Amino acid sequence: MQNAFLASGAIAVLTGVVGIFVVLRANSFAAHALAQISFAGAAGAVLLRLEPLWGLIAFALAGAAGLGVLSVGGARRDAATALVMTAALGTGALFLVLNNTYATSVFSLLFGSIVGISRSAVAGTAVLALITLAMLGALFRPMLFATVNLEGARARGVPLTRLNSAFLVCLALAAAATIPIVGSLLVFALLVAPPAAATLLAKNPLQAVVLAVVLNLTCSWGGIVIAYYTTLPVGFIISVLAASTYLAARVYNERVRA
Amino acid sequence: MLVDPEVRAALIAGAVVAVLCGAIGVFVVMRRASFAGHAITDVGFTGGAGATLAGVSPLGGLLTFSVLGSLLISRLGDRVRERDIATGTVLTVALGLGSLFLWIQTRYVSEPASLLFGSIFAVQAEVLHVTIVIGSAALIALAVLYRPLLYSTISPDSAEARGVSPGFIGGAFLVLLGVAVAEAAQLVGVLLTTALLVGPASAATYLTKRTSAAIALSMAIGLAVITLSIALAYESYYWPPGGKGWPVSFFVGALSLAAFVAARAEVRRRRLSVLIDEEAE
Repeated sequence: MQNAFLASGAIAVLTGVVGIFVVLRANSFAAHALAQISFAGAAGAVLLRLEPLWGLIAFALAGAAGLGVLSVGGARRDAATALVMTAALGTGALFLVLNNTYATSVFSLLFGSIVGISRSAVAGTAVLALITLAMLGALFRPMLFATVNLEGARARGVPLTRLNSAFLVCLALAAAATIPIVGSLLVFALLVAPPAAATLLAKNPLQAVVLAVVLNLTCSWGGIVIAYYTTLPVGFIISVLAASTYLAARVYNERVRA
Repeated sequence: MLVDPEVRAALIAGAVVAVLCGAIGVFVVMRRASFAGHAITDVGFTGGAGATLAGVSPLGGLLTFSVLGSLLISRLGDRVRERDIATGTVLTVALGLGSLFLWIQTRYVSEPASLLFGSIFAVQAEVLHVTIVIGSAALIALAVLYRPLLYSTISPDSAEARGVSPGFIGGAFLVLLGVAVAEAAQLVGVLLTTALLVGPASAATYLTKRTSAAIALSMAIGLAVITLSIALAYESYYWPPGGKGWPVSFFVGALSLAAFVAARAEVRRRRLSVLIDEEAE
């Protein structure tokens, strides 16, 4: 149980920080797509009798590369994201068929296994989280600049394409770290709704990041506790809590600021 | 291959879906609504799972949730960033609910797989007939909406000046999209629906700028993709690893992406050759 709180705590911090940029850059689709693509990778790893986590990471990074390449030009970024995702999912379907068994271990990655998590898995998650946060720390300033003032950034010579690719890599690593815990279906619950709520309520970017982390911690830990007492699945509770934060923030915004 | 009734049914079902998604897909791509389109298929998946759980028609559940999802998305988000968040939030709720439904009905482990990946070789006649009827109605609705939809997509301000409300049209379009993808997903699963919605249309809009031509081209590419995919899936029973057969969704996903990449490359080649010609002058 303690492991669950530790692991989800690390995840909450990671997804809170990454999520702010996902929201500001309108990259929710990429987040969802990378989660699905990683899942296909896990299926492939199981087929090759490897650790699913390696498949998760490999496909996540490959997916980030594919999205980066195809979104140059920008106009059809969302179409490219959709197609890379469905191609990866189709490949995942192929892996599952070739695998003979129904591969329940792979499907557990759909929903996560937050309660049954081991110490070593916590350690692995923490390492991935730290690497990703370190990358984001280095990218924070230029990315904020490019997100808030695209033309200004371009004029200053900020390498926008490389920045975009670097962010996608961060997103991919965050997804790979999060999926074993909360599952690929719900990884992006923590990447979108609470950070979006934070951007609505906070007065500056740093405040938004802190608020996003706080909201994610509340949803994750609250979710674990509620799941424990109601025996409902953790992922479901976390996603409902997460969505509620955004809806509540919207209502608050429209009432108070109107 | 064509002797097999399952294959014939699959080809007909695939053709219906390809035509429907190909037409609507052009507007999905032009309005940058691929995420919404995909999200609505996932929302529909949840509805189907919930309906199966409640013992009612999965199609009804799929349809209801798809339309509700589209209404919610259009209500919550107008501008790009807002719509992105709105779509993400609605998807979060839907996937959460979906995981709850799946957790409850732990007996039917294979159900989610077929709803996700489709079971085009197991198409039932009644489902096919209903789909053709509702799909045709959707295409007619698209024809009726065509002009105002085109205006509000390409130039929302001038559309507004002509008395067309982009907000209303946007909402109507999303509802139409919800109905269309629900129909398609019932037949071929959510994965194929997204691929057939986005792939052929994005390739077509690269290759021609005229919307009417793009719609025709998109339908044609979609038909080609699904037909080739079904044929390959059928043939793959003879491929390694012997007797299993590769899933249709694999071919559709790969071919849809290939169509997009090929069209993109072709457009770049054209632009490059125009530049080279201008240099040569």
